[in-house]
Amino acid sequence: MTVHKGRGFACINYPIGMNLGGDPSQALVHSTPDGKFMVSLSSIDLGQGMKSVTRQIAAETLGVPVADVYVDTADSDTGPHCMGSFASRGTHRVGNAVIRAATEARKALLEAAAEELEVNAADLETDGQGNIHVKGAPTRTITVADTAIAAQFKQGRTLSGRGIFLIPPSDVDPDTGEMTPVSCFAHAALVVDLEVDDETGEVTVNEINSAYEVGRALNPRLVEQQLIGGAWMGVSHALYETTEPYYPDRNHGPEDFNAYLMPGPGEVVDHNIAVLERPAEDAPFGGKGPGEMCANPVLPAIANAVYNAVGVRCDTLPITPERVLRGLLANGGARPQGVR
Amino acid sequence: MMAKTPVQFSLNGSSAAVFVDDAQNLLDVLRRGVGDLTPKYGCGQGTCGSCTVLIDGEPHLSCLTLAETVEGRSVETTNGLAAGPNLHALQEAFMENFAAQCGYCTPGMLMAAKALLDRTPRPSREEVIEAISGNICRCTGYDPIIDAIMAASGQATRRTG
Repeated sequence: MTVHKGRGFACINYPIGMNLGGDPSQALVHSTPDGKFMVSLSSIDLGQGMKSVTRQIAAETLGVPVADVYVDTADSDTGPHCMGSFASRGTHRVGNAVIRAATEARKALLEAAAEELEVNAADLETDGQGNIHVKGAPTRTITVADTAIAAQFKQGRTLSGRGIFLIPPSDVDPDTGEMTPVSCFAHAALVVDLEVDDETGEVTVNEINSAYEVGRALNPRLVEQQLIGGAWMGVSHALYETTEPYYPDRNHGPEDFNAYLMPGPGEVVDHNIAVLERPAEDAPFGGKGPGEMCANPVLPAIANAVYNAVGVRCDTLPITPERVLRGLLANGGARPQGVR
Repeated sequence: MMAKTPVQFSLNGSSAAVFVDDAQNLLDVLRRGVGDLTPKYGCGQGTCGSCTVLIDGEPHLSCLTLAETVEGRSVETTNGLAAGPNLHALQEAFMENFAAQCGYCTPGMLMAAKALLDRTPRPSREEVIEAISGNICRCTGYDPIIDAIMAASGQATRRTG
């Protein structure tokens, strides 16, 4: 029995969102009478941080504290339209819509404040801490809360804004066939170090080193959280998970968590991440969002590392001990592809 | 007609009294009978850990526990972790270490971790892994959860140490 070390590499260009049929998201922003702002979305936060990031984007655009912004993703039947939380599109598409809605709401906010201060709205600025004052004259000031009260009860106007971000459907050029199916790419490169036991066929991933280029990391801890969790899922898909272990034969598929294999807390792989920030021009504050890309490159990197270790090229996932052993058998034994 | 059995137990330090059906499990009684929605229904067969509660300080899968068996015993759920506005050290550490994404496994993780820290205030990383090995998380990759439990016990995490 020999344990063979292997190293595999994979890189990825990952499209943010899709626009084959047009890819819109809408946002509505309005102030409550006490000067807090509500962002209404139909975009769903299923743990990836949509609420946190759109809240940051709205606060930054409005010029008010993050604590004074709430995000409501209540109901896709009644809320502003969103295509959904998929294709890693949330930060980019929804974030852009929130910027537009918050920009319009900020304009209304400054107009209402200008009326109270009897100045031109163009001469006003926000301090990001709940105050609006005349540029160069910080004592000529009004709070966002007082502005909202005045707008609501005295001026009779709403402090609100509408935003939509639409990537229109891409037409195919009839002469060349050229089209633009995506507008924005994120990138990553990933190296996996693992061991393959040529007697049992078992693969053990020892370490992952990765570099992700996600535009600006709008919330660095959330980005890291997604990358760590996503890579775990990538390892799981590469080595463990399947609903049809003998596909196309549907038999012997798992029916519960007893038989559906996933790595547990004892199989956590060390993962060193470098996040490269290259803000994208058309992205909200440059942020693209890691999304699905955090799992994808792990699979080919592991397949390449297994080939590097024992010379078995697995083209079916997951790379189970049985598949490794069948490959070893076909090759007449392990054929390490490089000395480590 | 099913018989109803009166069951009295302590829930997070307060007295609870409910009528339970034959073969009704504790998870169902907690969620529908008492209205404590913090223990989650995951697999319903004891393989995912999201329904984990403490019974007399020990972690139990409430979906596999007959409700009648908690008569006179002490049941703890995530609902009882915070003391008024003050979160439990584990809750703080889960937030600080970004140990939750969708959050569905979190109550079970918290209770499994509390059982560990109550009897082993400074566990090793291996003991933490063992303590949550019956709890499935699909989002975090476990590492942030392990870190959070280490941090809650006042020990270095991978990030800090």
